[in-house]
Amino acid sequence: MIRILIACLALMCWGQAGLALDLTLQEILQQNKKLVEKPSRKTIGPVIEEIAASNLSQVQGFLEAWGNKQVWQRRSDGLFFFGTAVAKRQYELTDPDSGESVGEFTKKDLKQLKPNSGVRALIATALVQFQLSDLDPVKRAEALQAMERAPTAKHLAPLRLSIENELDADLKARKSRLERLLTISFDPDTATRVAAIQSFEGDLGVDVRATLNPLVVTSVNITSGDLPTDENIARVIKPGSEDLSVPAAYDLLVASKLAPPATSAEDIRAALVAHIDGGQVAKISVAQLSDPEIRRQAYDRLAEQSLVPAFIDEEDIAKKLLGYTVYETFAETSVAVTDAAQAALSKIDLNVGMNQTLDLTLDAISLASIYFLAAIGLAITFGVMGVINMAHGEFIMMGAYTGYVVQQVIPNHTVSILVALPLAFAVTFAAGVVMERLVIRYLYNRPLETLLATFGISIALQQLAKNIFGTQARPLTAPGWLDGAWVMNDVVSISFIRIAIFILALIFLGMFLFIMKRTRLGLETRTVTQNPRMAASMGINPDRVNMLTFGLGSGIAGVAGVAIGLFAKVTSEMGNDYIVQSFMTVVVGGVGNIWGALAGATMIGFLQKGIEWGYPSNTLAAQTYMIIFIIIFIQFKPRGIIALKGRAAGD
Amino acid sequence: MRTSFIAKKPSVLVFLLALAAFTIAVTILSEGFGIGVISTSFIKTLGKTLCLCLIAVAMDLVWGFTGILSLGHFAFFGLGGYMIGMWLMYERTRLIVSEALMQGQIPPTDAEVIEGIGNQIFGVVGSSEFPIVWAFADSLGLQLLLVVLVPGILALIFGWLAFRSRVTGVYLSILTQAMTLALALYLFQNDSGLRGNNGLSGLQNLPGVETPQSIVSMWFFLASALALALGYTLAAWIVSGKFGSVIRGIRDNETRVRFLGYSVEGFKLAVFTFTACIAAIAGALYYPQAGIINPAEVVPIASIYLAVWVAIGGRGRLYGAVIGAGFVSLISTWFTGGQAPDINLGFYTIKWVDWWLVLLGLSFVAVTLFAPKGIGGLFDRLKKEGGA
Repeated sequence: MIRILIACLALMCWGQAGLALDLTLQEILQQNKKLVEKPSRKTIGPVIEEIAASNLSQVQGFLEAWGNKQVWQRRSDGLFFFGTAVAKRQYELTDPDSGESVGEFTKKDLKQLKPNSGVRALIATALVQFQLSDLDPVKRAEALQAMERAPTAKHLAPLRLSIENELDADLKARKSRLERLLTISFDPDTATRVAAIQSFEGDLGVDVRATLNPLVVTSVNITSGDLPTDENIARVIKPGSEDLSVPAAYDLLVASKLAPPATSAEDIRAALVAHIDGGQVAKISVAQLSDPEIRRQAYDRLAEQSLVPAFIDEEDIAKKLLGYTVYETFAETSVAVTDAAQAALSKIDLNVGMNQTLDLTLDAISLASIYFLAAIGLAITFGVMGVINMAHGEFIMMGAYTGYVVQQVIPNHTVSILVALPLAFAVTFAAGVVMERLVIRYLYNRPLETLLATFGISIALQQLAKNIFGTQARPLTAPGWLDGAWVMNDVVSISFIRIAIFILALIFLGMFLFIMKRTRLGLETRTVTQNPRMAASMGINPDRVNMLTFGLGSGIAGVAGVAIGLFAKVTSEMGNDYIVQSFMTVVVGGVGNIWGALAGATMIGFLQKGIEWGYPSNTLAAQTYMIIFIIIFIQFKPRGIIALKGRAAGD
Repeated sequence: MRTSFIAKKPSVLVFLLALAAFTIAVTILSEGFGIGVISTSFIKTLGKTLCLCLIAVAMDLVWGFTGILSLGHFAFFGLGGYMIGMWLMYERTRLIVSEALMQGQIPPTDAEVIEGIGNQIFGVVGSSEFPIVWAFADSLGLQLLLVVLVPGILALIFGWLAFRSRVTGVYLSILTQAMTLALALYLFQNDSGLRGNNGLSGLQNLPGVETPQSIVSMWFFLASALALALGYTLAAWIVSGKFGSVIRGIRDNETRVRFLGYSVEGFKLAVFTFTACIAAIAGALYYPQAGIINPAEVVPIASIYLAVWVAIGGRGRLYGAVIGAGFVSLISTWFTGGQAPDINLGFYTIKWVDWWLVLLGLSFVAVTLFAPKGIGGLFDRLKKEGGA
């Protein structure tokens, strides 16, 4: 009161007009001079509100300047001005009301207002309502974003005002969405809130759930009499039911100081230790106390002497609980609002569940395409030729390292991937051909020995890679345009890399089918696989065909390695991760048939994602159960999902 | 019966004599019982090698004689180790915990002791509850029985499923490999009840035994030698009789043996389960000497190495398996232990720690290609030349 009086006196001294209701900015500031000079988070609130409520057109500019530390006070008369530096230690001051320059001053005549971060936050909050109607759409979007991040009740009114005049359709939609969310949280009228809640039924947005969930938060209470009528009671819980165990219910009583704490084994022990008297506790020798029954006896004797509180057993607890009712109360007091919120949330949950299923399906498809990529080379060497190549995983590794080396030479990621794919094919094709010529062709009729020999090659290649590239994981970076994800809504999204791998898998499938069904090599391969001698008598060179087919399978493994390296780490041991899975894929799907490998990969991919969903955050368990499932599956379908029939099945 | 079997198979006698001579020589040279030329740690290495020889005999029986390339026998080996490790760890922790609790003012109850043990053992995986698999860990007798029973029953169930649906050849190999992988992945989990990837440790200390390690290591060495001798003789006896002929028949032509009226599946299952039990016993002797077991021991690659040893030694002959396992595992220890001299080529120094696996892998290819009978095949050649 005194302050206002002084302010009025001061104003009259300056002889300025405007003691009326419409004060100028300068006048408001002078009225609150002390607070503005030394603002603190706790005291400045009313001042900012007064400024904001003045409805002057200059308010927004002033608040922005204040927040940006561009407001200066003239020491001579204590008036506030905008200050802009014109030279060193030389500032030009502008009047905040008229915007006219009042001249240049040196720094020693001035004092800068430096609001701390707490005050700046308050200023920013007050600014939001002005920025919502700013002419610059970027500023409007920024303000909206700030409100979305930290919504308060104060935002509701200015937000509602700003919606009608919003020209930008996007912003308008966002504003009206935020307005409904704020209505749910802050509107005083129940019917309006319920209507707003109902408008969000089935909405997948995280913001909606974040708004609705606090409404249905409950707290557990306990009472000895009837249920209170003035609270929004969610439900009554019976102690000993699934939701509340008896000890937990008793703990509630203890917490509200309605009952003494239950006696635990630890309490007994502590009590006994405290009352040891010459090797005895209550005339029972300490050595006997290893038996819980005797401990209890000793404790009871201590209790009889009133040295310790009486033992409280389960019977006491149950008796005590009978006199009380446990119930849950909503933090939100309006029944209509909580009912509507629960109804809306259950619909949202259903919708979210359905979308999660879709998301899981997309995940499973992408995992299946990874398995398919890893297994497709094997589908040729093992499936078509019947050669067990345990070094298949190492061909994948070689492909990935080829990609890494290419990236070291060609820095542009897009170009380097385009170079790496054919180069990886060439490298592993060559490696496959060399391996076939030197080792495998001598072992065509001895599959178990092929397994062991190729395993020898596998460990040699792994160690070789370790010697060359070291043990640490090497990065194979995807080109920039593969970063990011395709976001359908807040629940469903899939990264572009996974889409790319899916497409790559489709291309490979098409390529494989084309080569096998439409080219000379495919025809000859099928012939040689069926009957090498007959093929030879038809003028086909089985040696050459075997060599090329094996090279083709290895080459595809190399290309798969580049793709896998894009999302998994490239190490010398990465082949190990894929070899068993790849064999499983081919065996489960059905040997000798590309559709089998596809079916196998799909099944394993979906299975693994399904089990991971059932056992969240435990991929190890998922893999374990998946392998066990596959072992059992093979019992019933030993020849895989798509089995060759008749003579082609062979032995 | 027994004399005739030894007479029919003089190689068994030769092997047993050689093993006895080796054991006596090592005992005399040992630190614990003899003149102290061989260090305790090397005694342990030798003891472990004998266990590996035993599992190689089992592998030879199932692969070399019956033709089942199992890539799962090291899983049984590891399971045997886990079973004995549970008792060793439980009992030792119990002694330590009770002693600590006895220092308190009043003696502990059983529940307090068990809680203390639980905290000690499972603290690393953030739990103190005893999982159900530890139900018998307090009894040595039961746990010893489990050493054989758990892998045996696993092998029985797996083998029954696999052989019943006529999964053969490489498919069976891949299936056994999958089983091993599943087991390893399961053990890697923290909530498997077996301490996840921490595994079981401190197994070299026998609970309640104050004897120094130099003596304990000799006990295990002698026990391993005895187990190898028994296992070898048993295996040799099995393959020398009619049973041996049938399983060799299965190896060479399964269909024909089936048409002759033999229950091929029954024979295979018997061999598979029996060898799994031998592998488990070998594991139960191996891991107390190694001191620690963790899931990394059970990964599929270990089982493949086992096949490698048997192949290098020469499969289809039991002494070949022993030679292969002994030779390759000892030479591996030598090369990877950094004791082998590096070769300086001027422009590049070959460090054996880095290049040993490459050499092993390639030599393995060479053995498969050029000496399918392995080192054991050399004996044949010598015999032939001697005869001529």
